[in-house]
Amino acid sequence: MSSSQTGGESPRTKRRENTTITPQGAPNRRNTELVLLAFAVVLPMLAYANVGLAMDGKLPSGMLGYGLGMGALALVAHLVMRRFAPYADPLLLPLATLLNGLGLVMIWRLDKAGSLLRKNFPAASNQLMWSALGVALFIGVVMVLKDHRILQRYTYISMVVALVLLAAPAFFPSRDEDFGAKIWIRFGSFSIQPGEFAKIILTVFFAGYLMVKRDALALASRRFMGMYLPRGRDLGPIIVVWLLSILILVFETDLGSSFLFFGLFVVMLYVATERTSWIVFGLLMSISGAALVATSEPHVKTRIDAWLDPMRAFAPNPPKTATEQIGQTLMAFGSGGTTGTGLGQGRSWLIQFAAKSDFILGSFGEELGLTGMMAIFLLYGLIVQRGLRTAVATRDPFGKLLAVGLSSAFALQVFVVAGGVTGLIPLTGMTMPFLAQGGSSLVANWALIAILLKISDSARRPAAEPAPTTTVDGATEPTRGALA
Amino acid sequence: MNKPIRRVSIFCLVLVLALMVRVNWVQGVQAEAWASNTHNDRNKYDRYAYPRGNIIVAGGQPITKSDFVNGYRYKYKRSWVDGPLWAPVTGYSSQAFGTSQLESLSDGILSGSDSRLFFRNTLDMMTGKEKQGGDVVTTLNAKAQKAAYDALGAKKGAAVAIDPRTGAILALVSTPSYDPGRFAGTGGEDEKAWKELNADPNKPMLNRALRETYPPGSTFKLVTAAAAFENGRYQNIEDVTDTPDHYVLPNTNVELKNASADEPCAKATVKTAMDFSCNTVFGKIGAELGGEKMRTQAERFGFNNPGINVPIRASESYFPPKSSADGTAMDSIGQHDTRATPLQMAMVAAAIANDGRLMAPYLVDEERASNLTTISKHSERQLSQAVSPATAQKLQQLMESVVQNGTGKKAQIDGLKVGGKTGTAQHGENNAGLPFAWFMSYAKAPDGRQVAVAVVVEDGSTEREQISGGGLAAPIAKAVMKAALDR
Repeated sequence: MSSSQTGGESPRTKRRENTTITPQGAPNRRNTELVLLAFAVVLPMLAYANVGLAMDGKLPSGMLGYGLGMGALALVAHLVMRRFAPYADPLLLPLATLLNGLGLVMIWRLDKAGSLLRKNFPAASNQLMWSALGVALFIGVVMVLKDHRILQRYTYISMVVALVLLAAPAFFPSRDEDFGAKIWIRFGSFSIQPGEFAKIILTVFFAGYLMVKRDALALASRRFMGMYLPRGRDLGPIIVVWLLSILILVFETDLGSSFLFFGLFVVMLYVATERTSWIVFGLLMSISGAALVATSEPHVKTRIDAWLDPMRAFAPNPPKTATEQIGQTLMAFGSGGTTGTGLGQGRSWLIQFAAKSDFILGSFGEELGLTGMMAIFLLYGLIVQRGLRTAVATRDPFGKLLAVGLSSAFALQVFVVAGGVTGLIPLTGMTMPFLAQGGSSLVANWALIAILLKISDSARRPAAEPAPTTTVDGATEPTRGALA
Repeated sequence: MNKPIRRVSIFCLVLVLALMVRVNWVQGVQAEAWASNTHNDRNKYDRYAYPRGNIIVAGGQPITKSDFVNGYRYKYKRSWVDGPLWAPVTGYSSQAFGTSQLESLSDGILSGSDSRLFFRNTLDMMTGKEKQGGDVVTTLNAKAQKAAYDALGAKKGAAVAIDPRTGAILALVSTPSYDPGRFAGTGGEDEKAWKELNADPNKPMLNRALRETYPPGSTFKLVTAAAAFENGRYQNIEDVTDTPDHYVLPNTNVELKNASADEPCAKATVKTAMDFSCNTVFGKIGAELGGEKMRTQAERFGFNNPGINVPIRASESYFPPKSSADGTAMDSIGQHDTRATPLQMAMVAAAIANDGRLMAPYLVDEERASNLTTISKHSERQLSQAVSPATAQKLQQLMESVVQNGTGKKAQIDGLKVGGKTGTAQHGENNAGLPFAWFMSYAKAPDGRQVAVAVVVEDGSTEREQISGGGLAAPIAKAVMKAALDR
């Protein structure tokens, strides 16, 4: 229980700079991670077998290869963790592996729906390749990123890179099948969705900038109508970057991402300054912004209409812009009911083209039922919780901000997608992290988990931290020796 | 910074909780509504996800099949054994175009979704057995059905045979017919067949035996005769009627004519009038009894009853409740406003043969689960006492005389007691259409078995003169009766 004990101490220590955590000599939980990883590999394998038995009456022929492949990937990742991040949170890697595996099975299952899914080209093998790339990037980050505080050096480079990434899709021609969103960069048949990477890079910028300016933002402010307003020179640059990113996204009609970046900004500003007034500002601005966009953008209006009346598209003489997707997904959810139809036995291909990507949750809802959906939300909730837990435990403000930013970005993304698909909020079109088809999202989220793990490794490391610029390896060795 | 982080944690928790509450709402509270939504195509696919039960004829042989086609959307497809022969009974069960007739009315049993099958289905689910629909056992006699279908041949018409003692429908044929198997699926061929059948001017998908009403013509004279006996106007079939040579319809200058001028209709006995099918005699009887008494008698035979379900709903046969005296005269010989389905005229014949007791006609004898457990069994029900047994005896004598001496000679069958009545019904504007040929009859075997048959032929010939109930419809009725009582 080392994690809960260290966590129990940090809130009581009000002064961040002086926070110290006494070495517990507690286990580093790598064995826990290994057991959980085994579970996270075996469970999707069983799901894979389930789909094969349900749809073909026999075990899928690729089962062994798939199991070995996923097992090998997980094992390598785990071994790298043992070597390069031994004190990291034991839950994050298994959680990501499990969700990734389940997503693969569902995509493979929908591939098998064949011609029922219009424009159905097999995506499972691609997704498998992207999973491997994602894990490779994960391993790379864990190995190369000696200390997360190194990222702090790249604050302003991050800003430039994020803006370039975000602006890039505007220079690529949009296609019909993208349905109004210009969020891809294309090189021939290869395409990436830079927004997913920008999410991480922008968080690095926000964290770096806010860490430096947070005292100025929090203290050097004028009181205005009962609230503290910071000085323009402190707030200005970040507001400019944030506004630019929002404007780009609105221009590219990537609403989910603009909402995500907005929420991310408000949350990080709030955490950095500890001023509740930011929440009020954030709410006011989001309401006015949402109202402005909703009235000026026909794309948004369509989505709000679909949210208010999901069955409109089925009525006689539906408006041209009406979409069946939400209605189809809700019917998939309803038909799944409490326990679902069982993997491979649903008909979520009725959701059509986005069944594997944005709407993959509908496929899960139908085949695994309410029970499965609750489990999936729990898995996501746990990832977010472990990330925020890391933020609480981390001793350096940059790490705190980065962890809080990454976790809440992840949480917001899950909420925006799942809320949109289940009809809780208007649909904005993003991918379900790890589950949905899509290489950029998968790779970027693996990188996100890797950074969180590195932060948690330094947070749970028993010994006193070295300065960011000194080598980490030198500090690690004596600690290990002390434990042994 | 930990305090705001904790608040952010709570905020994230609220986000996840909101998702959980929402999914509980959609998949728990609203689940059934979404699942049964009319736009939810899953219900359509579920219907053919396992073998559908069969419709079975009296001998036990199924007239439907459920073929395993293992499509992605539909696992099974309906097919029919000799589709055109049975289509007026089974109806269709198409993946693209829905269901009709028994396939529709017994869909709960056939598809296995009937609540009475719930226990069985649950048991099957737990033992891992594939779900399967139940069977519907009909009263149909395969031989009689085939005989009627073959005898009607290329002619447009319908035939209905009933067991007078029970009301069981032994044959139900409508021609031209269609093969429901042609559009059981969802493919392009199916769609083409469906469009073709719907556009066909001969209306092959119309169930003429139950859903089409025709002027019954002279066959209705039996109802008029029944009213005359029941109301005491005549006591005996040999009673002489006071019919003039030239009968002019009341309050008009229109003379009602007989089929030919040299028929002995003036002052004829009831029996002679029936033998020769005298319009003047029965028109006059009807006019003098009055519309009200005629209507009451017709209703006791089943007219003006919209609730005749076998269980396929039969169209309402019609005798006008109010009419002028000249109208009633015409109504009483089965012209003017009187309309009847072939089933209705078979019911009239059956009631007469069954000593006045009109049994409710029915098609479905038994519904059973896939493991052959009986779920429901038909119990015979008397619809009404159409006429007294004494009147029924007289009507039987009249009908038997028609077959012996009159217009229905072509229905005679060796070894069987056959009674019948012909009809040639005018229709159309100024009777411009080709007349309908009718024959309604019953046959009794020495061992007490009975059958009542009504046949209508819409366009038996292009020559008006060659169309007559005795010539066209009687041989068909004969074939059906023979087949029904044949051992």
